[in-house]
Amino acid sequence: MEIVPLGDSALIVRVRDRFEDAPEETLDTVLRAFQQLRGADIPGVIELAPAYTSVAFFFDPVAVAKATETRYKMFEWLATRIRGVVAAGADRGRHRSSASPGVRLLEIPVCYDREFALDIDDVAQRAKTSPSEVVRLHSAAEYRVACIGFVPGFPFLTGLPKELTTPRREVPRKEISPGSVGIGGAQTGIYPLRSPGGWNLIGRTPLRLFDSQKNPPALLRAGERVRFRKISRDEFESLRNEKSHPERSEGPRRRSSRHTSESA
Amino acid sequence: MSVIVTRAGFLTSVQDLGRSGFREFGVSSGGGLDSFGLRVANLLVGNHEGAAGLEITLGGLQLRFEDEHVVAWCGGEFDVSIGSTQLPSGHAGHVQAGERLKFGRPQIGCRAWLAVSGGIDVPAVLGSRSTDLRAQFGGFEGRTLRDGDELPLGISPGSLPLATGISMWTAPHDWVSAVMPKPVLRFVRGVDWKRFNASTLRRLTTEAFTVSPDSDRMGVRLKGPELKRADESDLISEAVAPGTIQVPPNGKPILLLGDCQTIGGYPKIVHVITVDLGIAAQLRAGDRVRFSEVALIDAHRLLLKREREFERFRIGLSLQRT
Repeated sequence: MEIVPLGDSALIVRVRDRFEDAPEETLDTVLRAFQQLRGADIPGVIELAPAYTSVAFFFDPVAVAKATETRYKMFEWLATRIRGVVAAGADRGRHRSSASPGVRLLEIPVCYDREFALDIDDVAQRAKTSPSEVVRLHSAAEYRVACIGFVPGFPFLTGLPKELTTPRREVPRKEISPGSVGIGGAQTGIYPLRSPGGWNLIGRTPLRLFDSQKNPPALLRAGERVRFRKISRDEFESLRNEKSHPERSEGPRRRSSRHTSESA
Repeated sequence: MSVIVTRAGFLTSVQDLGRSGFREFGVSSGGGLDSFGLRVANLLVGNHEGAAGLEITLGGLQLRFEDEHVVAWCGGEFDVSIGSTQLPSGHAGHVQAGERLKFGRPQIGCRAWLAVSGGIDVPAVLGSRSTDLRAQFGGFEGRTLRDGDELPLGISPGSLPLATGISMWTAPHDWVSAVMPKPVLRFVRGVDWKRFNASTLRRLTTEAFTVSPDSDRMGVRLKGPELKRADESDLISEAVAPGTIQVPPNGKPILLLGDCQTIGGYPKIVHVITVDLGIAAQLRAGDRVRFSEVALIDAHRLLLKREREFERFRIGLSLQRT
């Protein structure tokens, strides 16, 4: 583990130094550190956020200075506290019989019709297969949210079948419709808001990925599992007209799933 | 109580000290880009320091008040008037019902923060009244102001601190006017500092950079010496923060501001220190800016010193009014 400053009011706890080698295990470790740090009540902490291999730790230097005698060496002071919390948590983790708790699996309906799948031919060509096979592969895999970012609620999903890896478009689109499902490199994701973007679009979901009036405001959070279910254009319309962004307790079909080995 | 936006100006939005607690969902901190200036303006009108005010970019804003209020502003060099009376930055000004407040074009700098007694009383969304312009929520209907908007105003926490005219009291000049004719931003090293070779790093601290026109609340894009990386290995995306200077493959650095994304995959060469973010918020197209290094411990020392002075200022103001 490495702790590095991110300016004077934040730091990054790098829990692992690689991601692609073992995404599942890396995410479990990072999320465990995230939960432990969140529960640790370290003075001056403002907010924490996990991403791939690391946890960002934002703090108020004024509040930290009030809590410590060292005053100016607050980075070292915080780093020591953080190391202690994460190390203690790792010990407890080792004593547990199962390393990973049940993680929510969310099924996301996607309409892969031509109208929404603007770049599916490019993806198919690169994979040397047909568009329908792209849909089959994309909707058969199980994914995991590696990070939420880019715009509020945008999930970066790991677990894309290797054949579907497609580099970003050379010229990004100026505007992408909310709900668009795309492939960017070895990841897939969903655009929650109207925004520019360079990923290859292969479908669209009627679900709302981000709603500032809800808490939590995003449909997904880091670590959660995702599957895509192919739906028709009619189903897309009827789902869109329903109240989208369902409450967490109902809505898209879900089951909890045990830790599995890497799915990609 | 309310105020009418008779002219919205170039780009005006409701901002407070920003949003926290939703970064894991990709929500930026946002808020007034010079949050310290906004805090000072709020104290000058008798508000809680975190009340929502207006962030004005490049001026042109005109307001008509429906009720009597006290206003104050901090920021670049703008001509501001209440009726026909000039209101200098860092002074409180009394506004009568029906009176107008006008912002001219800035001579130096590009942004100002206006506090109004009682604060702009829009609903808090995800814990803040700040407008997230990219995701279009918070503030006034999630957007920049338009001509004719009617903004709700809150009720002052105490009696109005000023019954008439312009206040004698003011705040230190560099707090209320965070503009420098030749801006120098202080930085601490970023995690990817070592990915750049010595001559590139020397250029960062010895040469001037020019602000590009495509800069906004997300970041200031800089032209000048190219900061090419020594190694081209791919980086894993991780957190960025306001103040982070990241360097895309084209070698043109981007200084991130309050509305920046929560994560990024470009190398983080340095971070502008918190006490200089108010100066960064004044950079506009064509401005030249330089950078100089400080130790992390000094960044904290400067921040704590300013905070102690702010505390004294707060106490001083409250004594003055009793």
